[in-house]
Amino acid sequence: MSTRHQKLERHSIAFTLMILVVASIGGIVEIAPLFTIENTVEKVEGMRPYTPLEQAGRDIYVREGCYACHSQMIRTLRSDVDRYGAYSLAAESMFDHPFQWGSKRTGPDLARIGGKYSDAWHVAHLKAPRELVPGSVMPGYAFLATQRLKAERLPSLLNALAKTGVPYSGEHIEQAAQDAYRQADEEANDEDLLIERYGENVNVRDFDGDPNLVSEMDALVSYLQMMGTLVADDDRPGEKVLQ
Amino acid sequence: MDRSSEHLIAIFFVVAIFITGLVIVGMGSDSGYILHGWLILLVAGFGIKFIADRMMDTDTSQALEYNDDIIKLGILACFAWGILGFFIGDWLAWQLAYPDLNGDIAWTNFGRLRPIHTTAVVFGFGGNALMATSFYVVQRTSHARLAGDVTPWLVLGGYNLFVLLAASGYPLGITQGREYAEPEWYADLLLLVVWVAYLIIFLRTLARRTEPHIYVANWYYLAFIVVIAMLHVVNNLAIPASFGDPKSYSLFSGVQDAMTQWWYGHNAVGFLLTAGFLGMLYYFLPKAVNRPVYSYRMSIVSFWGITFLYLWAGSHHLHYTALPDWVQFLGMAMSIILLVPSWASVFNGLLTLNGAWDKVRTDPAVRFMLVAILFYGLSTFEGSFMAIRPVNALSHYTDWTIGHVHAGALGWVAFITFGTMYKLVPWVWKRDGIYSIRLEAWHFWLALSGTLIYVGAMWNSGITQSLMWQTYDSDNNFLYSFMDTVDAMHPYYVARAIGGLLYLIGALIGAYNIYMTVRGPERTKSRGHAEPVIVPGE
Repeated sequence: MSTRHQKLERHSIAFTLMILVVASIGGIVEIAPLFTIENTVEKVEGMRPYTPLEQAGRDIYVREGCYACHSQMIRTLRSDVDRYGAYSLAAESMFDHPFQWGSKRTGPDLARIGGKYSDAWHVAHLKAPRELVPGSVMPGYAFLATQRLKAERLPSLLNALAKTGVPYSGEHIEQAAQDAYRQADEEANDEDLLIERYGENVNVRDFDGDPNLVSEMDALVSYLQMMGTLVADDDRPGEKVLQ
Repeated sequence: MDRSSEHLIAIFFVVAIFITGLVIVGMGSDSGYILHGWLILLVAGFGIKFIADRMMDTDTSQALEYNDDIIKLGILACFAWGILGFFIGDWLAWQLAYPDLNGDIAWTNFGRLRPIHTTAVVFGFGGNALMATSFYVVQRTSHARLAGDVTPWLVLGGYNLFVLLAASGYPLGITQGREYAEPEWYADLLLLVVWVAYLIIFLRTLARRTEPHIYVANWYYLAFIVVIAMLHVVNNLAIPASFGDPKSYSLFSGVQDAMTQWWYGHNAVGFLLTAGFLGMLYYFLPKAVNRPVYSYRMSIVSFWGITFLYLWAGSHHLHYTALPDWVQFLGMAMSIILLVPSWASVFNGLLTLNGAWDKVRTDPAVRFMLVAILFYGLSTFEGSFMAIRPVNALSHYTDWTIGHVHAGALGWVAFITFGTMYKLVPWVWKRDGIYSIRLEAWHFWLALSGTLIYVGAMWNSGITQSLMWQTYDSDNNFLYSFMDTVDAMHPYYVARAIGGLLYLIGALIGAYNIYMTVRGPERTKSRGHAEPVIVPGE
């Protein structure tokens, strides 16, 4: 071994290439098949791309760094399932660019937070967490309620997502800003167009309780309220044995 | 490549970066993004002037001494980012103990500050330490001047621009939302250009070496540079929304995105925070104690073991998740085997001290290095242990992970860096020694006690919280609500913040000691370092 290695360590380019080859094997074996093995992501009923308002809420979730303290991944452990609900399927994050599974639970998992609390609860909690949950260490996000949602950005954002493979059509992209208003503003017309594009399972209402402004709070709460609600219990594939 | 063609290539890339800055300023719609455009213009403009001045400089003779000025700049950047990173880290620790400290304003909240801490420490402190020491080691072991007239300065300057764009972007809401890879696409592209140039000057310096064999420390620096390049490119594949918008979306989604990210995340630890710093260890420990590396064979085994195995281990961050089981089990198995080459390095380091153990008592820099090796051994053992699925079921998502990371970052990475800096600073600034051995010892004890308090608090809080999450009463209901488990964390969070504060104070004392050393008088007599040799016919 030593003599052969002595030859290698005399040639800097050969040494560099050897590092590259040796280091790339692990990734090739573990990552590449995830794109080709079909059952990596189960086929389940109910999954749809995010509506423009939900996607905007998701972008705010990413921007504020919520992933530093909240996971979105219910593991196949009994204590996870009992506390947070049915374990997360790969399909449930198939439209997540980037994934937000998280690595730390300073706060609870949010994978199935959708529908568990009212909109009003979420808004009040985001504004002043300790008024609803004494002892919470979460920062307050009152500023989201006064910041106008920049809906005019949404077409270019959805366009970028379409390029990554999310099935948004030209119509989805073109109508993205209007669809965001259709979802959050009760005064807006043509809700049926939104439903036509994204299906029945879309929450349409004024999420933050402020009819005068479609705010970043509207977007974030619309995202939180749909998390983990798309796949019905009956449509889940056979359950794994819990450990 | 001669000097003038280097200038031309350099000016091409810096002008391209300048134009990118112009495009961002001209088309940007987001205020933080436009600020970044101005920053890029400013730094690239400075770079253009710098190259132009060198082009005008008609003295084309190759300097016949080591390029130590670039190392000095890297050391200063390392300390500046380090102090910022430690300060933000401790501030975050106090925020978790007393959440009102968040201020509830966008840019002061935990979620936006946290990546400033990780970026300033990993890329600012760690990255600059590795660049500075790699430039030192590759020149000394090759007996040749660092290749390039302007490129090393552009590499170091461009790299620090990247860190600045990253750290200043988060409070303004510019992030990809991928841990330890938060910078957006334009910063990522800048880093790519810088990194390729870094690899080129490193290889070209190696090509000038007079000794046929490449010294073992350089293997590790080379692995650090090559693998970080590979990880950076693959993990940051993304589609930007437009030139006018800093936002991009990662090319992959969900489960594939998760696996790619943790392949990256685990190996940023493996090749930046481990391989790079092992390079540091393999040069500066033998130099500091004046003993050869204990075993050449053990160096080979541990080097290739780490280079091969680390890249398989990322999936242990995703146990029991929606990632297919076969990848989880493969990652677990490889993580356990990884302990062998890791501990080979530990023993190689410890046994190198044989015959010089008295220096641990008399020389605080050597004491820093010894403790660094011990913490490296501890955290690699702990890492393999936590990769075992049932252990991970207890440790994951808790502060135990935070404790593990900081045993590595505070105990290993920063300790080996401080030990090295206390040797390197007097060498490159040609001083008789460090300003104050007494302050150096104070730094050591503050850093050690800070680390132990920090890690001890996080072990306790992590295991406590996880057990509380999993405790059922006799009716099969949870005994504790989530909030009960948060309340139980408070004393540990206070202790952690105090530990971090001690560490920060130690680092401030260290920075003062370095500053006074640099300000002090030049050394009186030659220390008999090998003189650089002339490199013919560049």
